[in-house]
Amino acid sequence: MTRDEVSWIAHLARLELSDAELTEMTRQLSAIVDYVNQLQEVNTDGVEPLAHPLDVHNVFRADELTPSLSADAALANAPKRKDDFYAVPAVLE
Amino acid sequence: MHEHTAAELLQLQKQGQASAEEITTAFLQHIRQRDPQIHAFLAVDEAGALEQARKVDSKRKHGEALGALAGIPIAVKDVLASAGQRTTCGSKILAHFVPPYDAHVVARLKLADAVLLGKTNLDEFAMGSSTENSAYQITCNPWDRERIPGGSSGGSAAAVAAGMTPLALGTDTGGSVRQPAALCGVVGLKPSYGRVSRYGLIAYGSSLDQVGPFARDVNGAALLLETIAGHDPRDSTSVFRSVPPYTQSIEQPLKPLTIGVPTEFFAEGLDAEVEEAVRSALKVYQDLGARLIDVSLPHSRFAVAAYYLVATAEASSNLARYDGVHFGHRAAEFDGLIDMVSKTRGEGFGKEVKRRIMLGTYALSSGYIDAYYLKALKVRRLIKNDFDKAFAGCDTIMGPTAPTPAFRIGEKADDPLAMYLSDIYTISGNLAGLCGISVPCGFTKSGLPIGLQIQAAPFEEEKLLRVARMHEQATHWHQARPK
Repeated sequence: MTRDEVSWIAHLARLELSDAELTEMTRQLSAIVDYVNQLQEVNTDGVEPLAHPLDVHNVFRADELTPSLSADAALANAPKRKDDFYAVPAVLE
Repeated sequence: MHEHTAAELLQLQKQGQASAEEITTAFLQHIRQRDPQIHAFLAVDEAGALEQARKVDSKRKHGEALGALAGIPIAVKDVLASAGQRTTCGSKILAHFVPPYDAHVVARLKLADAVLLGKTNLDEFAMGSSTENSAYQITCNPWDRERIPGGSSGGSAAAVAAGMTPLALGTDTGGSVRQPAALCGVVGLKPSYGRVSRYGLIAYGSSLDQVGPFARDVNGAALLLETIAGHDPRDSTSVFRSVPPYTQSIEQPLKPLTIGVPTEFFAEGLDAEVEEAVRSALKVYQDLGARLIDVSLPHSRFAVAAYYLVATAEASSNLARYDGVHFGHRAAEFDGLIDMVSKTRGEGFGKEVKRRIMLGTYALSSGYIDAYYLKALKVRRLIKNDFDKAFAGCDTIMGPTAPTPAFRIGEKADDPLAMYLSDIYTISGNLAGLCGISVPCGFTKSGLPIGLQIQAAPFEEEKLLRVARMHEQATHWHQARPK
C-alpha cells in the first residue's frame, strides 16, 4: 500500500492521522495486506459467502408502545447538548 | 476464603459457614492486596458489592428465594455495559461513558443474586491478544508478572487466576476468552454464536462476538453459562433454544467418546512444551477409553487472514458510532463537522484500533471489497465446511488453545502480525460459530500454564462441558495456584 492510499482510507474512515502515524500505518498495513493476500490462493469458485455463522432471518416484533429512555438519560453522555438535542457544528451554510 | 470455587462458596453459605458479606469482604480484601501488582481491575465497586452481599444475606435469613449465583462474587470485562457505572472499553474515547442500561448478561447476573465486584481491564474495544492495548494500564500475568495475561479479556482471566474473584465474564471474538484462560491457567468458555445475548456488549465484530465465562473449574463455567445463556428479544441473533441444565449433567462422562485431532493444529509454530502437555492431555482421554482419530481442517491455515478481514470490516462499521456527537470524547478544537469527527477519532482511539478500522475500511472500499471482504467470507464458508465434515465423525475436536505460553510484556507490541498469530487455533471457531473451552493441562518448565482447547459443534455446550470435566477429574492442573 502506498502512503497516498493509506491517507485516502484514513479520510474514508474519518480518522485523523499524524505524519508519523501515516508512515507507521503504511508500513504495517502493507505487511498485513501481504499476509491476507494468501487468501487469493484458495479456489472459491462457486462458494457462497458466509456473512454469519447462523442461518439468520429477520425477526419481527409486535408494534407496541413501551417505555423508553427519557431525553435526559439519552443525552446524559452527549459531549454537547442544546435543549433536548445533540449539538453539532453547523453543517449547512 | 479466596481459594474456593463458586460451588464451594455456594455450599459454605447454604451450610451457614460463611455469609455473602464475609465472602465478599474476603475477596475485596484480596483485591486490595493483590491488584496493585496485577492491575486486573479498572474499577472496583466496594460499596455496591457489600450492599448486594448484605441483601443476599437478608434474603437468606428471611427464607426468600435465592438466585443460582447468590452471594458469589464476579468480575465483568469493561466492554459490557453496566448501568450507572463507567464503561470504558479500555479506550480513551469512552473515558467518561456511563451507560443508561445494563447489558443482558449483567442483568442476568443481578437476577441471579451475584455480587458484582467491578470491571476488568481489556485490550481497547477487545482488539488484541495481550491486554497491552488498554488505554489505562497493563495487566500482568499472575504466574509471572513480566508476562502478559493474554487478551483481550486479560483482566478477567488474571483476576480469576490471582484469586481476586471466583468467576468472571469476558468476551471472545477470535479467542479472547480461551487464549487468556490458557495463558493464566484457568477455565474459559466461548459459547456458540447465538447462545448468549450480545445486548449491551459493546460491538467489535458482530458476527463473531460472544460473551463467555471464566472460572477456576469446569463446574464454575457451567454454572455461569447456565445463568447467562438463553434467548433475549433485544438481540435478534440470540437463538430460541432451551438452555440445558449444564451443571446437572456435568459429572456424567461422555461414553463412547471420539476425539478429532486436527493434524494442522500440531504443525510448525507450535511450542514444544505446549505440544507435549496437550499430547499428555489426549493420552488422559485415551486412558479413559476415548478413541482418537485424525481429522483434517485444510482451510484452517487461512483462518487468521480471513478473520482479520471479516472482523476488521465489521469493526470499521461498528466503530463509526464514535463520532463525538452522541457520547464519548469530542475534540476541543476543529474546523467544521467532518474535521470534528476526524480529530475526535484521531485523538480518542489507540494504535491497534486505528489499524483495524483502517484495514476494515480498506477491505470494504470500492475496488477492493470483492478481493478482500467477499473473498474472506467465501473462505469462511470453506472453514465452516471443514468443521462440519470433521464433526460428522467425532464428538469434539482437541488441540492447543494457544501456540505458545504467555509471552513477555512488550515482546510483540511492535509486530501486529506476530500478535495476530497467537489466536491461530481459536479464530476458526469464531468464524464457524462453534463452542469451545480452554482447560488447564500442564505447565512449562519455567512454570507457565498451558491450555487444552476442546471444541464442539454449535450448541453442543453440554457435551463440551462433560468432556472437559472428564479431564479435570482425572488431573490436578486446575488446582495449582500462582504464588
